[in-house]
Formats: sequence, structure tokens, C-alpha cells
Amino acid sequence: MADNEKDGCVACKKKSRWREDFPVEWESDNYITRREMVKFLALGSLTIAGANFVLAGLPHLAKAAQLPRTRIGLASSLPVGGSKLFAYPTEEDPCILVRQANGDLVAYSQVCTHLSCAVVHNEEENALFCPCHHGYFTVAEGRPYAGPPTRPLPRIKLEQQGNEIFAIGVEVG
Amino acid sequence: MTNGTPLNGLGMEFFIDHSRCIGCRACMQACEECDTHRGVSMIHLEEIMRADSVQTAPQVCMHCEDPICAQVCPADAIKKTADGVVQSSLKPRCIGCSNCVLACPFGVPKYKAEINQMMKCDMCYDRTSIGKRPMCATVCPSGALTFTTRENIERTRQGVAIREWQFGDEVVRTKVNVLVPRSVHRIDVTVEQIGRTKTDEYDVATLLAGD
Repeated sequence: MADNEKDGCVACKKKSRWREDFPVEWESDNYITRREMVKFLALGSLTIAGANFVLAGLPHLAKAAQLPRTRIGLASSLPVGGSKLFAYPTEEDPCILVRQANGDLVAYSQVCTHLSCAVVHNEEENALFCPCHHGYFTVAEGRPYAGPPTRPLPRIKLEQQGNEIFAIGVEVG
Repeated sequence: MTNGTPLNGLGMEFFIDHSRCIGCRACMQACEECDTHRGVSMIHLEEIMRADSVQTAPQVCMHCEDPICAQVCPADAIKKTADGVVQSSLKPRCIGCSNCVLACPFGVPKYKAEINQMMKCDMCYDRTSIGKRPMCATVCPSGALTFTTRENIERTRQGVAIREWQFGDEVVRTKVNVLVPRSVHRIDVTVEQIGRTKTDEYDVATLLAGD
């Protein structure tokens, strides 16, 4: 092999692009260029932002999923101030239906948002009362106003057809 | 930084004097003691013309200026630090392909099947980078493996320390020195097997192949 040919080969070895990308030297291997870092930050931020949108959108998608339409009972069987227990959307989710003083019907999940005890209707104070830690929720909105709970009870959407009441959905928050 | 730059600025270099090796394997034992690869020696003790001679030769990594093991690594797992020490394979990268094992002219890298990774001598980088001597050099009773200054070697040894090798057409410069007679300036390893040079009785490859 001629000397100049050898030199040419050494030169081409040094020039090749992949050798720059995969250097043998420890420092060059660990060196991060400004461009690489900006790329990483930009793509990382985009990924996190995108993930946030996805997470924010998931509950809406879940809501869009059809919940069953379940018959609760007859409206006439519930007097003013009376309450009735039922389960919705599955047999494992206890709920409570209350007829308010003005005659309107409202329904909430019976699971207290504090530590999941069952709330009951307290007619004297016109509240949904959790006996475990004395939590109180308003009957009109399901908002907590006393005791440890901080989040409102999930509201069950109702539909009345003639005398019959149906549960058609759940509204969280 | 060039290959000859001493570690840690202390002027310490590694020297191998094969003529002093007595084959006691203390270096291998000491190497195994190291916590970074406990139980596995990174030093190989070669036996030269075993039928006729008791000559042995310790083989540590020579830390080439242009490490061919790193050049052939497809996984980018072997790196050379600024002080010229070629490190063992990076565990998250090594794919156990054994390219380096085949490429190294000194036969240093060894593939460990049980961990599917190549392991090789890194001149006890944890020790030498803070000014301590490598494990093998601390125990060698005959001074075949020495970690000291060049001045010290020139003052105390008869031979001369060189670090240039010729393998066929390829010139290899290393960080580790070997002590040879004063007349020698470069070690020619004739590549008889591939017909590059004519048969020589003292060809290194032939000597190693002999049993």
C-alpha cells in the first residue's frame, strides 16, 4: 500500500460523520451541544404539554361513554323531605334520592367524598349528613359546608317520565 | 491531551518488564480483589513456549492511543478518558458482540458470557486517577509490573521503555510501556500467519501459539 493512499484513508476515517457522532473520547461522548439541549427542552416541554391535554381530555371521553338508564321508582311514592336509596350506575355504587322542600327531586352518590362512608338525609337540618366524621352536604347542590369533606358529592342526573324516575348519568364536581 | 500524559499530573506511568516476570500470579490475585470486578482477573498471564520454557508474560491493557477495541465497537460502549486510559465497556451499552475481543492486537478484552458483557483492564482507574498505584503493580514481587515515574525506570533498569508496536502495516502507540533491550525502538510483531512476513523462530504470535 502506498504511503499517500494510507494517509488518504486516515483522513477519510477522521472526516466521516458517524465518527463525530460516536466519538471514542469520553469528553466528546458526554458533551452536549446547545442545540441538543434546546431540542431536548423543546420536545420535552411539548410532550408534557401534550400529556396534560390528554389527561385533561380523558374525563370528557369517559363521560361520553354511555351510562345505563336505570329505573329508580315512582315519583309519587316519595313525599316532600323523604329519601330513597338506590344503586347507580352499577349495583356497587350506592346513591340517595331526595325530594326537597320545594318539591324538586335530586340524587347524589351516597359515598362521602371524605372517607367513603355512606351519607344519609337529615331532614331537620335539610342536609346530607355523614355520620362517620360529621360531614354535611347541601341537599340543593351537594356541596360540603361542614366537617372534613372538601369535594362535592357526585350528582346523579335524573329524568322523569310521567310518574317514573330514571337515573341517566353522573356529574362529577 | 496525548497518550503519554501522566495520570493525575503526578508523572506516574505503567511499565511492564516481561523479563522480570516469575509467573507467581500475584497480579491476577490482586486484580481479583478489586471491588469493581471481584473474583474476575483482568490480567492474563501468558505462557511462552510452555513445553520448553518457564517464561511467563503478564498482559494488562496497553491503552492504545487509537484504541481499535473502541473503534470497532458497534454499540459505542468503550471510551477513552482524557488521560489516555481506555475504559472497560459501559454496562448499559455493551451488547456482548465480542468485536473488541477479536480486534485487540494484545488479546486484552474478554467476553464474560455470564453477564453478557466485555470486561477489560482499566488500569484500576478508581485508584490511578487519584494517584494510587494499580492493584497488580502494588503486589508484583519482582517489579515486572511497575507504576512509577519514567525517571525512576531509567535510573533503575537496564532496558529502555518503549510504547510503539508494529503489527504488519499497522503502527500502534500505547500508553503502557514495555521494557526492552536498548537496541530496540519499536516492537515488530510479524504477522506470519497471514503471510505478511516470512517465518521467524521468535515471532511473538508463534511463541504464544506454541504449547
